[in-house]
Amino acid sequence: MVLQVIKWSYAIKVLPNLLRGTVITIKLALLGVIAGIIIGTIVGLIRVNRTKILYQLATVYVEVIRGTPMLVQLVLFFYGLPQIIGYRMEPFTAAFITFGLNSGAYTSEIVRGGIQSIDRGQMEAARSLGMSYFQAMWYIVLPQAFRRILPPLGNEFIILLKDTALASTVTLQEMMRVGQIQMARTGQPFPVYVMAALIYLVMTLPLSQGVRWLERRMGAGDQGL
Amino acid sequence: MIKVSDLYKNFADLEVLKGVSAHIRQGEVVVVVGPSGSGKSTFLRCLNYLEQPTGGEIVFEGTVLSNSQVNINRVRQEMGMVFQQFNLFPHMTVTKNVALSPMKVKGMGEAEAVELAHSLLGQVGLADKVDAYPGQLSGGQQQRVANARALAMEPKVMLFDEPTSALDPEMINEVLDVMKDLAHKGMTMVVVSHEMGFAREVGNRVIFMDEGRFVEEGSPEEIFTNPQNPRTQAFLSKIL
Repeated sequence: MVLQVIKWSYAIKVLPNLLRGTVITIKLALLGVIAGIIIGTIVGLIRVNRTKILYQLATVYVEVIRGTPMLVQLVLFFYGLPQIIGYRMEPFTAAFITFGLNSGAYTSEIVRGGIQSIDRGQMEAARSLGMSYFQAMWYIVLPQAFRRILPPLGNEFIILLKDTALASTVTLQEMMRVGQIQMARTGQPFPVYVMAALIYLVMTLPLSQGVRWLERRMGAGDQGL
Repeated sequence: MIKVSDLYKNFADLEVLKGVSAHIRQGEVVVVVGPSGSGKSTFLRCLNYLEQPTGGEIVFEGTVLSNSQVNINRVRQEMGMVFQQFNLFPHMTVTKNVALSPMKVKGMGEAEAVELAHSLLGQVGLADKVDAYPGQLSGGQQQRVANARALAMEPKVMLFDEPTSALDPEMINEVLDVMKDLAHKGMTMVVVSHEMGFAREVGNRVIFMDEGRFVEEGSPEEIFTNPQNPRTQAFLSKIL
């Protein structure tokens, strides 16, 4: 193999295109994590409450999603599902569903752990005052659980943001996919992908700083919020 | 007021209550004593259905609690409970701890609920701590907040689960004073406690419990000075 000359100027030239892809990346990650929080809270509550049928359904959901590669789920939704439903959904839709479902499964475990880490006496005290199960959950347990959940939730978001690169396999023009196209066009994989990696890093570094800050704050004690 | 008949409670294979019956009358202060593991706390927690009894019946003011038509949340509003570990809500100020359930359960307006909370906190000697968080208070102060919180629902009976056993000795009296005050005002109380002084001074009746059964009951005088059952005698000789 002949060593190619690396032309760093290409890193700058492809930047505007990469940034356009970054917008899609951020949009996908944000929508995915929001869907994940909604699904995860509901599923997490079901797994704590242990209502028979719902609990089993929730457990199957969590185990199936966590037990199969996200890449497989993604191509299954995008390339596989059309064989059954007769049409192909938008790449973004397929990616959003996959990331929402995934984020939901992992978040539900975070939520479950958070709720179960709150002393049982809190629920009992609330119930002894005449609150319903849901009132006790909403006013007493969840606010306390939420503070403990926040740091792991932040980590979950960072992972999700990086995993959006997988959506390149279903032709979604997010940053990674844009990078691939630019690489093919310029024949300069190294500067292009270094640039892509840098953009991911610029996004994740402040996030992980934020998570660390939250963790420190949580460790500071229970007073106030 | 509360009529308990032939109450059983199992946790898996463990039989904790083996058929206990009791009648708690209006205005009475009943103190339940006994060695740890005898089922005292379980008995108390069955009274407001924090533990669901395996068998037997509890009738509170004419309401059969095991009846599936009964809204247990309504019943619990009338039975205040104070826990051994206080179980205050750490993410709220003391005022909010007390005001929350009148607002959310009874639909009381916020201004009124806060006023009620301040008044109750004043009664337990915490007028200067209304804006504190539970974590900033001593054990005795937390315990008194727990009292005020339960009283905010204007219950007809108060259940105390070892209210002083998690406290440093020098804080026990401030809590007992609050409880005595409550008893003198005519509150019906069921107290699981080893505080013999309290039992003697304000208790109308003492029940000695051992291995899931009520072994002996009577006035504090009878139980403490002249216990009949050998197991009561053995227990009292150890703690007195």
